[in-house]
Amino acid sequence: METTTKISNRLTELFQKKSNNLLNIYFTAGYPAINDTVTVLKALEKAGVDMVEIGMPYSDPVADGPIIQQSSLDSINNGMTIKTLLGQLKDIRKEVTIPILVMGYFNTVMQYGVEKFMQEISAIGIDGVILPDLPLDEYTEHYQTLCESHNISNVSLITPNTSDERLHVIDNITQGFIYMVSTNSTTGNDAKKTEDNHDAYFSRIKNMGLKSPRMIGFNIKNKETFEDACAYANGAIIGSAFVRMLSTSKNIEADIIQFVQRIKN
Amino acid sequence: MNYNVDKKGYYGSFGGAFIPEMLYPNVEELRENYLKIINSESFQTEYKDLLRNYVGRPTPLYFAKRLSEKYNTNVYLKREDLCHTGAHKINNTIGQILIAKRMGKTRIIAETGAGQHGVATATACALMGMPCVVHMGAVDIERQKPNVERMKMLGAEVIPAMTGSKTLKDATNEALRDWINNPVDTFYIIGSVVGPHPYPDMVARLQAVISEEIMSELQTITGNPEPTHVIACVGGGSNAAGAFYHFLDRKNVELIAVEAAGEGIYSGYSAATTFLGKPGVLHGSKTLLMQTEDGQVVEPHSISAGLDYPGIGPMHAHLFETGRAKFISATDKEAFQAAFMLARTEGIIPALESAHAVAALETLTFKNSDVVVVNLSGRGDKDMMTYITRKEEFLTKN
Ligand SMILES: Cc1ncc(COP(=O)(O)O)c(C=O)c1O
Repeated sequence: METTTKISNRLTELFQKKSNNLLNIYFTAGYPAINDTVTVLKALEKAGVDMVEIGMPYSDPVADGPIIQQSSLDSINNGMTIKTLLGQLKDIRKEVTIPILVMGYFNTVMQYGVEKFMQEISAIGIDGVILPDLPLDEYTEHYQTLCESHNISNVSLITPNTSDERLHVIDNITQGFIYMVSTNSTTGNDAKKTEDNHDAYFSRIKNMGLKSPRMIGFNIKNKETFEDACAYANGAIIGSAFVRMLSTSKNIEADIIQFVQRIKN
Repeated sequence: MNYNVDKKGYYGSFGGAFIPEMLYPNVEELRENYLKIINSESFQTEYKDLLRNYVGRPTPLYFAKRLSEKYNTNVYLKREDLCHTGAHKINNTIGQILIAKRMGKTRIIAETGAGQHGVATATACALMGMPCVVHMGAVDIERQKPNVERMKMLGAEVIPAMTGSKTLKDATNEALRDWINNPVDTFYIIGSVVGPHPYPDMVARLQAVISEEIMSELQTITGNPEPTHVIACVGGGSNAAGAFYHFLDRKNVELIAVEAAGEGIYSGYSAATTFLGKPGVLHGSKTLLMQTEDGQVVEPHSISAGLDYPGIGPMHAHLFETGRAKFISATDKEAFQAAFMLARTEGIIPALESAHAVAALETLTFKNSDVVVVNLSGRGDKDMMTYITRKEEFLTKN
């Protein structure tokens, strides 16, 4: 079960070329408006982010806090579905070269058909999936071979409470990166970061000698928290803070460039 | 056919533990410990003592004479409405809080729909001196006011769930989020046979006392522990799971689950999951789920807050798929009328949820030799406001 077939895609290639200060931005598909998906994606590439994570909305996103919940709801109300999203991304590889991951809850993928989904995202040129409520055992038992045969990286999450034993299992099957959830929290929970002392966790993982790259996400929201995370991992993921910016933006493209510049420079 | 959970946490193709990694250690810790704890002598002694002396068990199996005459059969009511706090929910919360204590947890959270599970959890917490946070949909807070006040009086904090349909589904999301944010000290007492494995099995075992008592009571009354029919309403399915549990492998006993059809199964305002649902994943398990073609969960509707849920527990999805249980439904109006009928025939005001089970007597046909057990899961005090305000609408003859 823990044997993996080595895959190669834009994501695995990226980590071979660059190993620090990688910026991954999450945004919800079809948000703020249904046709903004590609606009946001192109602006992010232009702004210099290293990879993106596109959220496929679900009505009941239990791992998410209020900001991503609201963007998901708006996106669903805008008419976003997996089918629509894959239609929007059909020719994306003619325009965008950075690695693209799609993130979503298992039910929507299950209804679409997991096999059909992997086949189609692979054909489009999507590099990875993050399905937070698809547990590790279900993945290795039912979907690992499928993902690997389509060159899709399945990104697993770890948390401050993940045991060392489980970390090694995850490290062994990971192709792409390990998603380090920064603290015991849903996404975009401002109250959390300040109260939890994350150093012990970040250092423990850093010193474990894992072979997979690691990206830290959840409650990374500005230059300071980004740089702090990058000191312990290959990069960091910003979600809620970016979505919050989009929710009030009058000029998406310009604001995206500015948002990213503020993080990176 | 095995109707109980298998080693991997599945009932046939339903169940599992579809939870984000943040909850994995918690759920795994529970999975490793729940059977050990439930089967331990210390747990059994304390649990049985509390069920007897605090909850008021065994509850009567009451031969409803006038109801039997009306339907030309033998109707027995399993009086879960006489439990302390007014519903079967407390069988589960007392059990889970004893498990939580043995696992060293110090803070309790719960979701609630009708408020019965919230009250039962707040009660158990008061009894054990533990802090209690109950997540409840803002809509349900409005329609089940007395229970909100009861929870507060018992010392619980009630947090309104403002997302989605603002009912039970959303309260459950919020409770899961609370657990993600507080994974170390907190124990989540789920109120039905839903959620990730081992919850459905754990809750079913804690409610199984219902069918255990039915068997011994029937043995005493009729000389035969088996009824011909057991009828129960299904929200998530905990009272039904408890009433069915010891009969699952007794094929002579027909198991009947009654879902809430709201304004009509196909009206768009319904919670009849087996009629409207497809296999999907919600709240940690693969089960039958009301959803759109794209996999977005559909907002259910029922007059009864406790049945207003877009899924059913994985055990029931399996009982449905295998045909072991028969699934029928009752509309808001049918349940409402059944509640008044029961009040006037037997002097018992049922909870709106339980009234759905009573309504099945009207729909089904029985032989006069049949022994029909209706699980009266709760009493109607909490629903008086609804009974008062919607009486005109539902009781006019036509
Ligand atoms: C009296 C009563 N019966 C039934 C239910 C439905 O839950 P379940 O299907 O888990 O028994 C509830 C839930 O709140 C309830 O309060």
